[in-house]
Amino acid sequence: MKHLRSIDELGVDGLRRLLDLSDHMAEINRRPVPKVPALRNKTVVSLFFEDSTRTRLSFETAAKRLSADTMSFSVGTSSVNKGESLRDTIETVAAMGVDAFVVRHKSSGVPWQISRWTEASVVNAGDGWHEHPTQAILDCYTVRTALNRPEGFDGMHIAIVGDIKHSRVARSNVWAFASLGARITLVAPHTLLPPSLEGWPVDVVHNIDDIIDRVDVLYMLRMQRERMHEALVPSLREYTAQFGLTPGRADRLQSHALVMHPGPMNRGVEMAVDPGELPGSVITQQVTNGVSVRMAVLFDLLGSGSALVGEASS
Amino acid sequence: MGLGSTVIKGGTVLDQRGEKRVDVRIEGGLVTEVGAALQGDRMLDASGCIVSPGFVDLHVHLREPGREEAETIETGSRAAARGGFTAIVAMPNTEPPHDSLAVVEMVRRLGVQAGLCEVLPSGCITINRAGEVLAPMAELAAAGVHIFTDDGTGVQDPLLMRRALEYGKSLGILLAQHCEVSRLTEGAVMHEGGCCARLGVPGWPSVAEELMVFRDIELSRLTGAPIHFLHLSTAKSVDLVRGAKAEGLRVTAEAAPHHFTLTDDLLNGFDPIFKVNPPLRELTDVLAVKRGLADGTIDAIATDHAPHAPELKEMPLDQAPPGMLGLETSLALSISELGLDLQQVVALLSWQPAAIAGVADRHGRPIEVGEPANITVFDPNLAWTVSAAGLASKSRNTPYAGRTVRGKVRHTVFGGTAVVIDGEAQR
Repeated sequence: MKHLRSIDELGVDGLRRLLDLSDHMAEINRRPVPKVPALRNKTVVSLFFEDSTRTRLSFETAAKRLSADTMSFSVGTSSVNKGESLRDTIETVAAMGVDAFVVRHKSSGVPWQISRWTEASVVNAGDGWHEHPTQAILDCYTVRTALNRPEGFDGMHIAIVGDIKHSRVARSNVWAFASLGARITLVAPHTLLPPSLEGWPVDVVHNIDDIIDRVDVLYMLRMQRERMHEALVPSLREYTAQFGLTPGRADRLQSHALVMHPGPMNRGVEMAVDPGELPGSVITQQVTNGVSVRMAVLFDLLGSGSALVGEASS
Repeated sequence: MGLGSTVIKGGTVLDQRGEKRVDVRIEGGLVTEVGAALQGDRMLDASGCIVSPGFVDLHVHLREPGREEAETIETGSRAAARGGFTAIVAMPNTEPPHDSLAVVEMVRRLGVQAGLCEVLPSGCITINRAGEVLAPMAELAAAGVHIFTDDGTGVQDPLLMRRALEYGKSLGILLAQHCEVSRLTEGAVMHEGGCCARLGVPGWPSVAEELMVFRDIELSRLTGAPIHFLHLSTAKSVDLVRGAKAEGLRVTAEAAPHHFTLTDDLLNGFDPIFKVNPPLRELTDVLAVKRGLADGTIDAIATDHAPHAPELKEMPLDQAPPGMLGLETSLALSISELGLDLQQVVALLSWQPAAIAGVADRHGRPIEVGEPANITVFDPNLAWTVSAAGLASKSRNTPYAGRTVRGKVRHTVFGGTAVVIDGEAQR
């Protein structure tokens, strides 16, 4: 694998390989000293053109646990603010010797453009509304471990609720979950669905109460407050009433059902319950698993099979 | 124009009167003889070629004044001449725009200085293309401006558009609309459809174009003023224009080569080279535009030649400006992709747009004794591969690089002077 830009590009075999590799990384992360020399002398650069806390820290932690050198770039302190073009920024940083760029950008497609300008691997850490593949992989890993389904998701029913239209998480997760065999239902008003779902492996319902007692995984998306100004929903109050996870709805979940959220949560909007009080919530595990999964991704891109056998060092 | 005579030898003359194997003698800017085995001081070999009236492009962005790093009137004129055009309409969205006599006269003068084709400045409908106050249309019309448009944007206010049509009617000029209801396309990056949904970018719905086509057909009906539709891109737009023509309304339309050759799925790799406004649409739209060109619904092929500096086309897709080069590939794409006979292709490139541009007295004329010598000689069968570096435009943003097409301009004669010989611009 040269790049990880989308779930489609990864393919189901690649996804399964990364999930298996994540098990190994999770084992490393449980050690007293969770660090291996697998990517020693490799340089990983985080290019975050858009704010992010968890994804950026997760990638940097993953790189460090594999002993990669890390460089970090944030727009606030960079030459981008002096008008430097994206291409010049990439070529300048690449000239310092880079093995992988981890890229977050508010514009869809930027990882594809960057990969045309550098020999380094490009990892998409979220591009516009388009994709967030490592989120999808860590979500698959979380479902797989929490429901103990290492063989795949056949027969599993996953509902993704909320603002699908503007969600890079949804655009990655739909294809990742589906490729492992899950049945997917999108739950949203038409204003928050993409303009076309032709070819998407999904069903759509507009009422969360129609399915909440039947799903194995309830995946809640963040509802951004800005959407109110675009006449996409009348008010947050109405959104919560129609699509939020309220205590009453939580009570109707099946006992084994998982509740997931990519973060950051809008408490009182899509999450009108305290996730800490939901027995099925795996939201914290998602964050924990994120490190293992991103270690697997970086190792798959930059490592070689033997390096992991070296085991722990300081 | 030089002294002495030039003879175009060995070609087939094709114009609105038909097709015949004759040589053409040009002297003093005019066609002076048409016949067999002519001799002259200079000979232009046309064996295997079509000799047709010069082409007229209703839709060219020359970028000067304001964006000379992307194109100048001279470099754009050179690209036009190499594409077989003897007249081009310069769109008004320069900086400053064509909303004053000073800018319009400067554009025309720089066109004359370049001397490669006739540059016909369009005029803005509204001051600064802002859609609020009418531009000095009478003053610009008196200076020879025939086409008025706010191209790059549509006139949103229906009352203002009605007034522009009414006012323009008394001036004998033509309003040309860029059909886009802006409120429906805010932030739009590409055609709204399956590809856009998957790629996660804001969509440009077809209805945003069609609503304005419909509105302006009805305003044309109401006012009796003619309307020209720029770059039609959707199947429904073509249907609306077809219906209006069947009713006898004073409606004309153009289509750009990229709208009959390319589709929205090309944006799957997020390359801004394929970003254009209106956007590349779906196969059904491409087929409808082709049908519209074949059945006379669409009157002209117009390139919407839109040069952009390379660094702008390397911005993220949502920030990169829309537009693609067109002047030097238009003929070849029209021959290769439309499946029309050559007479029809040349009609769409030459005398039909000449009439719309108001220059039918000197461009798109039949090749007969006494007519102005604005003539294009092209080889309809020559296959060639498009290369961005091989184009005369100052910019490189062609979406066709690497594509092999058929049909190439060999010579262009403008005002009696061979400004392109064997594909090379002479100035």
